[in-house]
Amino acid sequence: MNSDLFITPFNLGLYFILIYSVVRSTVWFMNLSRSDKLRLQRGFFGRPFMDSLREIFMESLLHRKIFKKNPLLGYMHMSLAFGWFLLIVFGTIEADFFGEKHLNPPSHAIFFRWFNPEHGAEGFARIYNVWMDLLLAFILSGLLLAVIKRFTPRMMGMKKTTKHTWTDRIALISLWLIFPSRLLAESFTCGAHGSGSFLTGNLGASLASFLPAAEIAPYFWWLYSLALGTFFFLLPVSRYFHIPVELLLIFMRNSGITTGDRHSSYTEVQTHACSSCGVCISVCQMSYAAGIHDIQSAYFIKGLRNDRDIAAITANCLMCGRCEEVCPVGIELGPMRLIERRQGEREDGKLRLAGKYAVTRIRSSIEKIPTQSFSYLAEEETEKADILFFAGCMTHLTPSVIVAMKKIMESAGVKYRFMDEQGGVCCGRPLMLAGRDREARELINHNSGIIWKSGAKILVTSCPICYKVFRESYYLEATVMHHSEFINLLIEEGSLRLGYLHRKVVYHDPCELGRGSGIYEEPRAVISYVAELQQASQERSMSLCCGGSLGNLTLSSGKRALIAADAARTLTMDSPDELITACPLCKKTFMQATKTKVSDIAELVAAALPKPLDKPVKRRTTRTTLNATGNG
Amino acid sequence: MKGTQKHVIIAGGGVAGMEAAGALAEMGYRVTLVEKGQDPGGHLLQWHALFPDSRPAEEVKSYLRKRIGNHNITVITGTAVEKIKHHPGGTVTVNLSGSKEEKADAVIVATGFDLFDARRKEEYGYGIYDNVITAPELETMFNGGRVTKADGSVPSRIGMIHCVGSRDEKVNNNHCSKVCCVTAVKQAIELRKMMPACEVFCFYMDMRMYGPYYEELYRESQEVHNVNFIRGKVSEASVNINNRLVIKVEDTLAGRPLKMELDIMVLMVGMEMAEAGTKLAVASGFRLGINRFLEAGDHHYGNNLSGVSGVFYAGTCTAPMNITDTISHARAAVAETVRYLDGR
Ligand SMILES: Cc1cc2nc3c(=O)[nH]c(=O)nc-3n(C[C@H](O)[C@H](O)[C@H](O)COP(=O)(O)OP(=O)(O)OC[C@H]3O[C@@H](n4cnc5c(N)ncnc54)[C@H](O)[C@@H]3O)c2cc1C
Ligand code: SF4
Ligand code: SF4
Ligand code: SF4
Repeated sequence: MNSDLFITPFNLGLYFILIYSVVRSTVWFMNLSRSDKLRLQRGFFGRPFMDSLREIFMESLLHRKIFKKNPLLGYMHMSLAFGWFLLIVFGTIEADFFGEKHLNPPSHAIFFRWFNPEHGAEGFARIYNVWMDLLLAFILSGLLLAVIKRFTPRMMGMKKTTKHTWTDRIALISLWLIFPSRLLAESFTCGAHGSGSFLTGNLGASLASFLPAAEIAPYFWWLYSLALGTFFFLLPVSRYFHIPVELLLIFMRNSGITTGDRHSSYTEVQTHACSSCGVCISVCQMSYAAGIHDIQSAYFIKGLRNDRDIAAITANCLMCGRCEEVCPVGIELGPMRLIERRQGEREDGKLRLAGKYAVTRIRSSIEKIPTQSFSYLAEEETEKADILFFAGCMTHLTPSVIVAMKKIMESAGVKYRFMDEQGGVCCGRPLMLAGRDREARELINHNSGIIWKSGAKILVTSCPICYKVFRESYYLEATVMHHSEFINLLIEEGSLRLGYLHRKVVYHDPCELGRGSGIYEEPRAVISYVAELQQASQERSMSLCCGGSLGNLTLSSGKRALIAADAARTLTMDSPDELITACPLCKKTFMQATKTKVSDIAELVAAALPKPLDKPVKRRTTRTTLNATGNG
Repeated sequence: MKGTQKHVIIAGGGVAGMEAAGALAEMGYRVTLVEKGQDPGGHLLQWHALFPDSRPAEEVKSYLRKRIGNHNITVITGTAVEKIKHHPGGTVTVNLSGSKEEKADAVIVATGFDLFDARRKEEYGYGIYDNVITAPELETMFNGGRVTKADGSVPSRIGMIHCVGSRDEKVNNNHCSKVCCVTAVKQAIELRKMMPACEVFCFYMDMRMYGPYYEELYRESQEVHNVNFIRGKVSEASVNINNRLVIKVEDTLAGRPLKMELDIMVLMVGMEMAEAGTKLAVASGFRLGINRFLEAGDHHYGNNLSGVSGVFYAGTCTAPMNITDTISHARAAVAETVRYLDGR
């Protein structure tokens, strides 16, 4: 009856999970690239270690980010994680302090009450007992919320939670059983011995008043131990594995490891660190605007983790980055998808998807260029120019943007060369997205040659997609600027004379310019200079995707239209006179989706230029920050 | 019939509405023809000469004007029909703009189509470059007797771009507008006759010569008038330093990309469900098809039925049609209306 045999399941589980964690982390570590290994080693003995501890405390225990988004959900996570953490810490102290000897095995702390049934009758121990009961109550309140969330996700302000596998379910049940069984086990023991504090003591006393407490107690200690043991055993194969893995992820990230462009230990760690919290599901426009409910990042990661065939899921995403923005674990979801896409391309025919669905223009540009080289491009003549304007293929489909840019630059007296006026060579991004890196490199080299030879100080482009590639994949001396930045520069240095348009406008942050490149302020500064800028309910880093995304080659035009219409509706909620964007693709997409006038930021500025009837502004050579250095 | 004369309201005074009004009045019904524009006639008012035989559009216009001259017909212009409602007992009420309400025994909806707004295909540069015009604008030039560039000079090469706003997923229009291919052929011939020194190119995806004598006209355009046909979709247009238009085309027959300079580019804008018709349909609860035109009760034998009793459809509010088919469809709507009114 008083046998301690019941602690065995707990012990087995605990040692199993400890050994497993060590082995698994070692394997992951061994598989890291040399440089990443170094990063991690250096990180372990430096600042990153402290940063990680702080982050673990704030995010993994307190769940600050979730708290900010949804306080109820945050409380639930916090009470479970932080509460349990405190219970372990103070339980260990308790065992050390009040137990027979120091340095006990973990089971003595976990089952302290069993080994010390009379403990806590008076003095300091009595106060300590109140504290331990408080902690238990704290955890139980979180558990209650978790149960409610499981059955009525809406009450917790969540649209949907992810589906569970059977191991998840058993792990969940054992997790749920841990604390109620501890409560009952302690209460029965306390009841039998007349000990315990406000929770265990009172509950124990009332239970003992009509039940044989001493006889019943061992059953609940068994249940408590079994629940713990089962949970530990199932941990590696259940969704709760994310809890220990997230700690590792935090260390790795703080040490400077990034996702890169191929699968690695780091991508695997990220895969296992996903808590299936479902935050990414609620923000995905594919789900709430287009009615596609199975491709969101939570499912993508889950498929990756369970090694399912997820080619279709991987392809069917706008690559808008909204989910990455909100993921509380900080998983680099965009790069992860790109890696998986490349994987897919390699396996079943590079251009299968691109060939079938890509925007005709891109498709033809890819098809036109079989595997041959682009050596014939090399002869391009290059004129010298300080400012080089590269419109981009997409912008050639919105000629009004080009016309507007020409007007603006002429009016500001900018001496520029229009690099792709007669049609240029693609920036290379579509080929990169299609997995044809070698061919993309050739285009990049060709364009780089022209840009270097021109001696340009500033390269201006009207397309956020080109902008991102120029900044990230080209090696250039010229400062790359999106035209919104360039116009802002012209305004700031006083080269542009602009009137004020009495119009209310709303600004849409294009994915590649905003989340993709972090340009939020310049466009707003430019717009506010010439018109009245309204706020949008979803803007800056949470801006919506227009639906036209080149990142998705499988989405039907009907679904795209739904996304575009929904985004346009959200943007024009306060009935602006004009919807302004800074990307030719967004412009084209929104034009089909709303009755509100859609313009590029360059068009808006061009409309604010003095009328041609006015005296022409005296031409002066622009001071256009020729001493600007470095990119962006 | 006098005294108990039954009353039919017709929404839309285009070809379909006018023909239906004439046919009903002839049979002794009292008809109110409501047209939102200043004059009845619809799109026909803009056309110069008609395919397939190049007869002056004026002949058909005057036929229709005569048709609505009947004393049983009241024409109300400058007024739109905003809502139609059938009441138990058989009365149909019609709300007109300016908050007037009219009662009728039956209603024919003939609200026609809208031309696709070419600005929505920005890559063609309509509204941005001077010499990009639409097919209806070319008709207007024909009416004026002169086709010139914006600066008044004579063009030496003109391109006609087919399928602008039709058969195009990206603008949410998957349907074919049916009449633009043959309109392009007709206009190309007229251009060649008018200016023998000017080259004319048609850029098409498919030539859809579905009506009687259309194929013959197409043949004649090539054999007699040397109109050039290039199969391929124009991807974009720009202007060069000489202010000439430059278009990029993928010639899918020759299998190579092509660049061409043009003096004038004519966009063969297609047909879309009329906006005024859509508003009316939404307010009245009429069903719209996936192509957003009004969806008739049955595609084969109920092509004039609306699904609401006492309300019938006529003309291009249900799908793109030429004038011949519009007139037949209007007459069929009249037959359905009379059958309904007699059966009550
Ligand atoms: C470029 C082009 C050239 C063409 N050339 C030819 C040709 O040569 N030969 C040929 O056979 N066909 C030709 N057609 C086709 C021809 O124009 C149509 O078949 C014909 O106009 C259809 O007539 P409708 O009455 O159905 O519509 P519409 O002509 O559109 O008339 C509908 C009328 O309804 C009115 N209306 C709409 N809504 C309301 C409302 N709610 N209340 C009141 N009034 C309303 C409108 O103002 C309009 O006047 C051509 C078409 C195009 C696009
Ligand atoms: S990917 Fe991030 S946001 Fe999505 S379920 Fe996983 S942890 Fe949550
Ligand atoms: S990137 Fe955008 S579309 Fe893709 S899963 Fe995330 S939120 Fe959804
Ligand atoms: S009739 Fe010809 S031009 Fe018009 S939509 Fe059909 S195929 Fe295109």
